[in-house]
Amino acid sequence: MILVNNDTKLVVQGITGSEGSFHTAQMLEYGTQVVAGVTPGKGGQTTETGVPIFNTVQEAKDKVQANTSVIFVPPPFAADAIMEAVDAELDLVICITEGIPTSDMVKVHEYMAGKKTRMVGPNCPGVISPGAGKIGIMPGFIHQEGKVGVISRSGTLTYEAVHQLSSRGIGQSTCIGIGGDPIIGSNFIDLLDLFNQDEGTEAVVMIGEIGGTAEEEAAEWAQKNFTKPIVAFIAGTTAPPGRRMGHAGAIISGGKGTASDKIAALKAAGIAVSESPAGIGELMEEILKK
Amino acid sequence: MNIHEYQAKEIFRKYNVPVPNGGVAYSVEEALNVAKSLDSSIFVVKAQIHAGGRGKAGGVKIAKNLDEVTLHANEILGKTLVTHQTGPAGKTVGRLLVEEGIDIARELYMGIVLDRQTGQFVFMVSVEGGMEIEKVASETPEKIIKEWIEPGMGLQAFQARKLAYALGLQGVQVREAVKFMFALWNAFNASDASLVEINPLVVTGNGHVMALDAKMNFDDNALYRQAEILEYRDLSEEEPSEVEASSYNLNYIKLDGNVGCMVNGAGLAMGTMDIIKLYGGEPANFLDVGGVANPDTVSNGFRIIMSDSNVKAVLINIFGGIVRCDRVAMGIILALEKVKVNVPIVVRLAGTNAEEGARLLANSDIDFIVATSLAEAAEKVTAAIKE
Repeated sequence: MILVNNDTKLVVQGITGSEGSFHTAQMLEYGTQVVAGVTPGKGGQTTETGVPIFNTVQEAKDKVQANTSVIFVPPPFAADAIMEAVDAELDLVICITEGIPTSDMVKVHEYMAGKKTRMVGPNCPGVISPGAGKIGIMPGFIHQEGKVGVISRSGTLTYEAVHQLSSRGIGQSTCIGIGGDPIIGSNFIDLLDLFNQDEGTEAVVMIGEIGGTAEEEAAEWAQKNFTKPIVAFIAGTTAPPGRRMGHAGAIISGGKGTASDKIAALKAAGIAVSESPAGIGELMEEILKK
Repeated sequence: MNIHEYQAKEIFRKYNVPVPNGGVAYSVEEALNVAKSLDSSIFVVKAQIHAGGRGKAGGVKIAKNLDEVTLHANEILGKTLVTHQTGPAGKTVGRLLVEEGIDIARELYMGIVLDRQTGQFVFMVSVEGGMEIEKVASETPEKIIKEWIEPGMGLQAFQARKLAYALGLQGVQVREAVKFMFALWNAFNASDASLVEINPLVVTGNGHVMALDAKMNFDDNALYRQAEILEYRDLSEEEPSEVEASSYNLNYIKLDGNVGCMVNGAGLAMGTMDIIKLYGGEPANFLDVGGVANPDTVSNGFRIIMSDSNVKAVLINIFGGIVRCDRVAMGIILALEKVKVNVPIVVRLAGTNAEEGARLLANSDIDFIVATSLAEAAEKVTAAIKE
């Protein structure tokens, strides 16, 4: 597994908001070690679920050794929340918040350069290492412990893929939703690199979508560097150009970012591509049998 | 969000980016009045629609006198323009921009967009002005010169000079172009734009740098703090059903097919459209009902899907995570009491409490076609269309 394991100690930024408190309860129920919450002004209190609240991320790190953060802070304040976690030098910050202005993320991107913290998201379902911990909003019960990694730009489409794997008895090492925004903390290559080094991962499912060129770059990188099999799916073959398909990053603009370009690049790199979103599990099953 | 050329030029003026004198007109009479107010003997009448390629489609005309302004305004107003960006249905012109004619010595290109790879905004210029920039980018990428903007620093003078020299500008024009670029960057940055394009950027006969055209798009996520920009939204340029959907916080995009879809999550919604196509159908829309598929969102979703008379069947695909499928099923049943749907409905529920959900649907008075897998759902909905 990568990113989330038995040593993960989580701080929830925005723990007293409706999303934050609901998902904190869900994460605790799954067995995630939630050691702290942060809501400025509510330091010293404790949540109904028994999690101590601090005013700052630094306090949560100093007092209860939080090493990972998840962010449920509303969009206007989310960029600031990310930078606070980076400043506290946590290992990992996972930003669930959807709708952060791009220019805020441009600043965050610059701020993070050369810093220790890795970011996943924003606008993502989070990260789960089945059995070890669930950080985010995905349904825990569809996952199974196992050896297939999943990296996806989408939320529910990831659940769909995981469901197809689990129902075939194929468990997962770690599943990561990298987020649907144009600027994200960790891209396909960053995570493929981690899966490459992870002994607990035998193969990877990669789910991309229209917009940008991240899938093409990942294909090129994987051909040179990745030693394990990959099954890919790209959503948006039928998406019209120039229209934002829900995600801020899912838009075909200037003739770039089409599904067919991405599928061609993946195939050229020797990656197995499922034409149908319903065929991801089946294709992985075939490949694992080989 | 997109805005019109004349609105982008208003923003340009506010930030001291030079543009031709001119004004918007909603009628022939107004067009003539704008022309009369300009100190010029030659005019340009430009259709204002949210799409490029207007010139080729006959939406931009030069008038050599006021009579010709009337003539062209008459012709263009109310006309439906079909360009490579409008789709086959085209767009009807309701507004004109009337400007003074400009003596053009050179046509250049300038734009600012986000570079996803570097996570920075990038300034781009090219001497291939007036051309389709996508074509230049793919055929002769070396003709596009770029400078990346460091967010903490903003555009630097040396970068603007490099771009100006790359455009082949000389002498006083370089200084003018540098000033132009600073003004443009300020306009872009202050308004949370996601794209600005000037094609063509011109050098006038007497050597000045000017934005002859102007295109601006804005980051939807930042509109909450851009009240002035939000006022530029022109609802008549948007699909009415999409406007209605956005008022319910639903993410809907109308397409040309006949299979309506209702899905939770953008990626799965795209995947659902794709699999419909794969099974020989054509999706009628993209609709992401988001995380909360309650009776209200579902009935609003149905209402919007069914407002498209092309829809011959509906596929509902919900992957219940936090949202429970039995609740979604109740929502669907309640919604169908409010909204009449007289086409086959295929429902696929997966995830949390999917079986209870399927049982509720099966026991209701409504004739649902229930599917358990995504493939089965696609097969059943495309079969329903053919019957």
